[in-house]
Amino acid sequence: MGITISNISKSYGEITALSDISFDVKPGELFGLIGPDGAGKTTLFRILTTLLIADHGQATVAGYDVLNDYKSIRNSVGYMPGRFSLYQDLTVEENLNFFATIFGTTIEENYDLVKDIYVQIEPFKNRRAGKLSGGMKQKLALSCALIHKPKVLFLDEPTTGVDPVSRKEFWEMLKRLQKKGITILVSTPYMDEAALCDRIALIQDGNILEIDTPNAIVSHFPKPLYNISAHNMYNLIESLTNYEHTYSIFPFGEFVHYTDKRHPIDKASLKTYLEFQGLTDIKIEKTQPTIEDTFMELAK
Amino acid sequence: MMKDNNVIQVENLSKLFGDFAAVNQISFQVKAGEIFGFLGANGAGKTTAMKMLIGISSPTSGKATVAGFDVYKETESIKKNIGYMSQKFALYDDLTVKENITFFGGIYGLSKKQIDQKRCELVEELGLQEVTKSLVASLPLGWKQKLAFSVSLLHEPKIVFLDEPTGGVDPITRRQFWEMIYKAAHNGTTIFVTTHYMDEAEYCDRVSIMVNGKIEALDTPKKLKEHYKTDTMNHVFLKLARG
Repeated sequence: MGITISNISKSYGEITALSDISFDVKPGELFGLIGPDGAGKTTLFRILTTLLIADHGQATVAGYDVLNDYKSIRNSVGYMPGRFSLYQDLTVEENLNFFATIFGTTIEENYDLVKDIYVQIEPFKNRRAGKLSGGMKQKLALSCALIHKPKVLFLDEPTTGVDPVSRKEFWEMLKRLQKKGITILVSTPYMDEAALCDRIALIQDGNILEIDTPNAIVSHFPKPLYNISAHNMYNLIESLTNYEHTYSIFPFGEFVHYTDKRHPIDKASLKTYLEFQGLTDIKIEKTQPTIEDTFMELAK
Repeated sequence: MMKDNNVIQVENLSKLFGDFAAVNQISFQVKAGEIFGFLGANGAGKTTAMKMLIGISSPTSGKATVAGFDVYKETESIKKNIGYMSQKFALYDDLTVKENITFFGGIYGLSKKQIDQKRCELVEELGLQEVTKSLVASLPLGWKQKLAFSVSLLHEPKIVFLDEPTGGVDPITRRQFWEMIYKAAHNGTTIFVTTHYMDEAEYCDRVSIMVNGKIEALDTPKKLKEHYKTDTMNHVFLKLARG
């Protein structure tokens, strides 16, 4: 009762949005689709929610075929699009009531499922949706996507532009929904959120780069990775970019993440080189790769 | 005149909407050439504060100067001396790359000759030779954001305000964007930036964190992490913003 995707392709004129994509989401899984804007995430969501027809390939959601059983799918899934799509001129309560009614249910009947989230916006239930803050809109949109008790929940970039505190709370909510047996497919451009999924697919330019658990994906990173810091970040980046043995270099918070073409790395000569470039306070230490490192390595 | 090389000077600045203090007596300074991270949760008052600094919203009380100009009386001078880009508004989608550059150059009062020269430099530097006649709408988001940043620097402003410039941008382009920021700062432009990516907060020389209209913390990322006894800015942010 999860999701199956086989060889799905979709083009818009000359632009290929999805190129022969295949993967499955298991029932009850929290599955992350991780990739930047323009990777094809929204196109895939629209195909799976029966709002768009693929050029090639098959897909099923909750056991239903996206072409033949589209009506059944629409009854069994919840979809929170990336763009806020509720009625701005209806109040919070009117929106929720509207979505419940459309699906032939009532707020009371499924209140249990949305309670956690809805209580946070209930004090504002008479406010028009258009007047809510970003975080509150997001909570209302999730409530509306859940009010008919869907089997599968599609969330397209629910946390884009949301601050780290609200993002953390949102993911805690998703974990609780998962415990209630709902299969969740969620997309995000934030790589740190990937670690919170059971499995993830890294997607870029319409292609899946890799699918696995977050731990397994990180363990596939091909080279030893080093944290390098120095007193001047700009000079450090410039110097490493011009270094003949550099394989990859990416700023990462207070450090630069560095891999070397040589194996093993010659730390002493690297340090001498950096000192020669006028850098001081140089530190070179081995570090663990993150999902973001892996993504950048695969996307290179 | 500017005091002690501060290009932004803010003292007890407030903005009230009715009884609600969106910005509540904030004070800080930003030095010339500094990369200053302006952080806070959604609704903490960042945008309201930024609007006052760029001269499009008048404060309720307090004092502030930007590039030496007063935020009450000299807003037009402020606008001429700053650059601004946000994720929501940066370039015109239905103009081409070339038209956008010409348009913004014109707005900022550059001569045709200056615009032509700047355009050549910029197209070359960003590698946009193939797409100068393409509509901006057709460019990948990352390219758009890099172009928008370059356009915000066309008139060589003293300060550039960046409002969530990298939201949704892929991780590689996000880093290229930050390399452009470093370069601009290296060349003396002051950078005032908001972001929800906490690794980007680490790239800043100093960071302020706004909570409910007030600045609750302001220091270098290193000192903030020491003070809150943690090793990431994400934890600093969560500790502060969650109250």
